Amino acid sequence: MIVLTDISKSFNGRSVLNQISAKFVKGKCSFVIGASGGGKSVLMKCMVGLIEPDSGIIDFDNRDFLRLEYSQKKELRQEIGMLFQGGALFDSLSVEDNVAFPLRMFTNMNKSEMLDRVNFCLNRVKLDNVNKLFPSNISGGMKKRVGIARAIAMNPKYLFCDEPNSGLDPLTSRVIDELITEITEEYNITTIINSHDIKSVFDMGDHIVFIFKGRCLWEGHKSDLKRSNVPELEQFIAASEFK
Amino acid sequence: MEKFTFVTRFGSYLLFLATCFKKPDKWRMFWKSFFNEVYKMGNDSFGIVAIISLFIGAVTVIQFGSQLQGSLVPMTILGRIVRDANILEFSPTIVALVMAGKIGSNIASEIGTMKVSEQIDALEIMGVNAASYVALPKILASLFAIPALVVCSMFLSNIGGAISCYFSEMVTVDTYIQGLRMDFNGFFVTHALTKAFFSSFLISTISSYNGYCTEGGALEVGAASTMAVVQSCLAVIFFDYILTQIMLY
Repeated sequence: MIVLTDISKSFNGRSVLNQISAKFVKGKCSFVIGASGGGKSVLMKCMVGLIEPDSGIIDFDNRDFLRLEYSQKKELRQEIGMLFQGGALFDSLSVEDNVAFPLRMFTNMNKSEMLDRVNFCLNRVKLDNVNKLFPSNISGGMKKRVGIARAIAMNPKYLFCDEPNSGLDPLTSRVIDELITEITEEYNITTIINSHDIKSVFDMGDHIVFIFKGRCLWEGHKSDLKRSNVPELEQFIAASEFK
Repeated sequence: MEKFTFVTRFGSYLLFLATCFKKPDKWRMFWKSFFNEVYKMGNDSFGIVAIISLFIGAVTVIQFGSQLQGSLVPMTILGRIVRDANILEFSPTIVALVMAGKIGSNIASEIGTMKVSEQIDALEIMGVNAASYVALPKILASLFAIPALVVCSMFLSNIGGAISCYFSEMVTVDTYIQGLRMDFNGFFVTHALTKAFFSSFLISTISSYNGYCTEGGALEVGAASTMAVVQSCLAVIFFDYILTQIMLY
């Protein structure tokens, strides 16, 4: 479980996150939703340690991430997998090497064990015969799937997905959503997804956090989403449904 | 705050270096990347360095030869002047400036692209020291590749001088070679290599830093690459002067 307590962050005096508190449960897909520029990405970057918040506590299963030693932080990071909006695959490495990268870096597996694990992860995301291709030779949807394969290669406890459906057609979006849900349940991962795709939220979300202008205005189960009585959230849902 | 920009950036550059010079996460991957970079820098740059060096030597012979013609100074001095000028200044400085343009822009744009496409973030999240992983092999590789290219340039520029003598008939090749072998001072090579090491370090670290600090998109990558070349060239020229002052006087 990941617990956020009073996370605040400002850039050049402009408040981007204002005392955000939330809980993300193990084995469930939790969504952070909100309009673009609302602070979702900054919150996610704070959670994975790319940005240090000005104040607050980020607790990964009773480990206060912000106050860990460098080596402890490094260990914790190996338990985190992340799917980036653009895939963030290493251009100079083939698909196989991209997925094998964390294994090469942090395990003592031999070549055949590594290849087995890579093939397992690629099969898990339904990709075959792409091992030797480079990121520039594959489609956006395939990049996302390779990104998921790389993220699960180390059996992460926490999976972060930054707008996994952006730039994808509806069919591929659905495939990616299904993959993330299956992997979350199968490996009992704490999954946090940044999105403004309401369809995905209703399809796969369990726990929803709504952020508006850097403040957490609503938190709860998706079944209560339409009865929130938060005008900003109602507007957001209405606009998405209209779209 | 504006007037402290240079100080802030210099401080940030030093912090970047402190992060870079840490034990690599995996030595095997570091060595693989290091040898790959040495090969890339050395092999890919040899052609341009060779052509430039041959022409520098050839032009130097014509320039000095035309000054000496008709004077009472024996023409054997031409080889010596050309040799010392090439070893002391032309080879280390011009090769460094060419490398600042070629390797410097390459490093800055490569790391800059990794930064804006979130590849650096991906490394950080995995728990990899991204600065060290992407920049350290390039920095250390440049410390080998650029001085090696400077040594090649020293030989080739003197050969270029001989070719120029052959075609210009300003002085015979034998006389030129006799001059080349006259009063050789080994310290000049030490001086040139010291400059080459300093230049390599400056070019690779400044370029890596500019690439690593890139924020935004393609435009910013281009700007970082240009900034890396400009700053590297200025740093090379400045330290060229400082080192010459310290070591030769």
